[in-house]
Amino acid sequence: MSGKTITVKLKVWRQPAKDRAGRMVDYVAKDISTEMSFLEMLDVVNEDLIRKGEDAIAFDSDCREGICGACGCVINGVPHGPDPGTTTCQLHMRRFAEGQTITIEPWRAKAFPVLKDLTVDRTSFDRIVAAGGYISAGVGGAQDANNILVPKVLSDEAMDSAACIGCGACVAACKNAAAHLFTGAKVTHLALLPQGEPEREIRAVRMVEQMEAEGFGNCSNEGECEAVCPKLIPISNIAKLVREYTRAVWKSVGAV
Amino acid sequence: MTPILDSKIPSGPLADKWERRKFENKLVNPANRRKYEIIIVGTGLAGSSAAAALGEQGYRVKLFCILDSPRRAHSIAAQGGINAAKNYRNDGDSIYRLFYDTVKGGDYRAREANVYRLAQLSVDIIDQCVATGVPFAREYGGLLDNRSFGGAQVSRTFYARGQTGQQLLLGAYQSMLRQVDAGNVTLLPRREMLDLVLVDGQARGIVTRNLISGELERHEGQAVLLCTGGYGTVYYLSTNAVNSNVTAAWRAHKRGALFANPCFTQIHPTCIPVSGDHQSKLTLMSESLRNDGRVWVPKQKADQRPPDQIPESERDYYLERRYPSFGNLVPRDVASRAAKQQSDEGNGVGETGLSVYLDFKDAIERLGIDTIKARYANLFEMYERITAEDPYKVPMRIYPAIHYTMGGLWVDYNLESTIPGLFVMGEANFSDHGANRLGASALMQGLADGYFIAPYTVANYLAGATLPTVASTHDAFNEAVANAQGRIDTVLGIKGTRTVRDFHRQLGHIMWDHVGMARNEAGLREAVQKIRTLRDEFWQDVVVSGDKNNLNPMLDYAGRVADYMEFGELLTRDALHRQESCGGHFREEFQTPDGEALRDDDRYSYVAAWEFTGVGAEPKLHKEPLVFDEVHPSQRSYK
Repeated sequence: MSGKTITVKLKVWRQPAKDRAGRMVDYVAKDISTEMSFLEMLDVVNEDLIRKGEDAIAFDSDCREGICGACGCVINGVPHGPDPGTTTCQLHMRRFAEGQTITIEPWRAKAFPVLKDLTVDRTSFDRIVAAGGYISAGVGGAQDANNILVPKVLSDEAMDSAACIGCGACVAACKNAAAHLFTGAKVTHLALLPQGEPEREIRAVRMVEQMEAEGFGNCSNEGECEAVCPKLIPISNIAKLVREYTRAVWKSVGAV
Repeated sequence: MTPILDSKIPSGPLADKWERRKFENKLVNPANRRKYEIIIVGTGLAGSSAAAALGEQGYRVKLFCILDSPRRAHSIAAQGGINAAKNYRNDGDSIYRLFYDTVKGGDYRAREANVYRLAQLSVDIIDQCVATGVPFAREYGGLLDNRSFGGAQVSRTFYARGQTGQQLLLGAYQSMLRQVDAGNVTLLPRREMLDLVLVDGQARGIVTRNLISGELERHEGQAVLLCTGGYGTVYYLSTNAVNSNVTAAWRAHKRGALFANPCFTQIHPTCIPVSGDHQSKLTLMSESLRNDGRVWVPKQKADQRPPDQIPESERDYYLERRYPSFGNLVPRDVASRAAKQQSDEGNGVGETGLSVYLDFKDAIERLGIDTIKARYANLFEMYERITAEDPYKVPMRIYPAIHYTMGGLWVDYNLESTIPGLFVMGEANFSDHGANRLGASALMQGLADGYFIAPYTVANYLAGATLPTVASTHDAFNEAVANAQGRIDTVLGIKGTRTVRDFHRQLGHIMWDHVGMARNEAGLREAVQKIRTLRDEFWQDVVVSGDKNNLNPMLDYAGRVADYMEFGELLTRDALHRQESCGGHFREEFQTPDGEALRDDDRYSYVAAWEFTGVGAEPKLHKEPLVFDEVHPSQRSYK
């Protein structure tokens, strides 16, 4: 705890709407308590803008505890900012120095069009999951839960992948704007579990096809995605995705 | 027309009621289901699971959420777990025991029949979730693991690390997207419901605002399901998400749906304390921490010494002292009030004096740092990230915060409100938790309502109701759109000097100070006046920039806070009318000599359901008497 305050200079991407041109605009955030979160700092900046009758900076955020995946901007060139394993809402101003310049930009990817300022359209992620990123178990009539045995090691591994919050930082960090880590995490989660086995091949193929149809790029193994993932989901999920996809394609031609 | 509170509880023995209702219900022929359009608002556990279940049955479902994706709904933030009466531990659990614990935990203010059905369905929920791939924690033999939780003496809580809500929500989201894939569910994100449309007294549609384009849209259907969560953000600071709001429920209330028990709010004892005025939300530290942490304050008032320089003899472990048998594990309402008392008496710690210590020193000495890390590492990290203090070395500071709201729109046993065709599910309804919710029960209720109750009771309604065609050009739609447009234009036109956040923060202060953990008549009366004054100021002096035909989160926020300015008054009036203490509702005038809640079953054993009569006008009270055939109400004791 401390009553310390700092003043920082902001360079923020302002874009009035989807198909309009945008530009970087300078702001000064004065007397910012170092106890504030990054988004609370933006709240303060917005309060000043509104009082002056200017349009507030639009950004997505909801839970503000790092689990909903709504927030995210590129801070000084790094999605979610400088702290590893941290969402934008959990980044705090004590991480910044007096007088520091902070650039703030939206996720940039063809499949994530900017809607306004720092807000992007990530519905492409929902469409990837809708392309088979589920287990076809109807409601009702499920057998007793303990009839399905899942070794703890597998269950823990599945949970590691299932921890993805769908924020899109992996795409924003990738020079190809690839969604392989996101897609790989879901494919891995479901492929590891016995419940996911029957649809394993069709799921991998459909989700990869959807990913490509949305305009996400390909993976060239840079590992930028893993480095910025706020849930520290490892790049091995991409290896698993490629393996699942290849296995499915080979199986479909009778090779395995 | 005065609404009639008919709870529609089936007759017969408690254990057979739901079976009986399912059999009595009318069915819709599979070939006819596509003729019905069902509107579902909200994509948390209740909304997503209802969409998955109804879509699968072949109804056409339109599903709305205010955020960019249905996966963001605040169910995702639930940490601890989900209860189910599986009795996998062989430790004496049963459907009846879960039912009993929930009725008792709710301080005898819930409907027995609803709670029993919830306990019955809890078993199916776990089966359903595992079938859809929810990665619950497991033992080495591959079976599901359980943990214990507050308010119960059995281990019945299933969990997925500290992210149970996330995994359950993603499970329901995936099942729902499977129906999107099948063409049965249409997803409409970034849409906010601004009004409910009634035709001939039936819920026949909604008006939404497209939050990207600002366009007001008309959606007609044969039934409307509100799954829009609770109203904790009326207090400004809470553990809820910053976009959580009461708007959809409040608009339905203004159209005639009764609002039940709004004063039943839950305050969670272990949250990270407020650090300043800038703060936008409070973060919960899981209740499980109280298994190993010891709560204390310095005996000396306003003691400025750092905690490690306060000797054992000068510390007051007040929960252990006051409640020797439950100690640090007393229920949430009891622990919260005790922390407030310590702070009010000047024994609180931290810069503001509004916090108490939760100390792991003894547990670390006894169990070793590795064990504590294995149990709580993610929580300790989260705490350090927010406070910059290391809880392995310095005791955590915690303080209570608003967490969950038990009250909500009144529903009958079928989860239908007083408006025919308007169903309310999950936290948005008032149904199952009485005056206090037990840990790990919210997730259970959301999924029970959506997966297992909606498909039966909504079908019964559709099969039995006369539903003539309604066009989106109907006068009722025109009126609702004009009404919504008028409010938007008014709020943008004020161009005053104070921001929406400024007003919201002030409303939150009023609510927390007078209608928070401890309430009294004078304070509540004062709060009603203060809210009215603030509401008038809001409509004269609020400033909202930006325009209405574009993405404008501040305009969305203004509408929600405007509704809270009305709803806050109802909450306060409900608290004023209930002259007893029960669960989360503590009236200082009604307590036992040793400071515990004093219920008044003779006068208040009923559900208070309020009818809207106009902004600022006295709402009309309707009572649904609570009948306890199975569980005899007694005073809860945790001494």
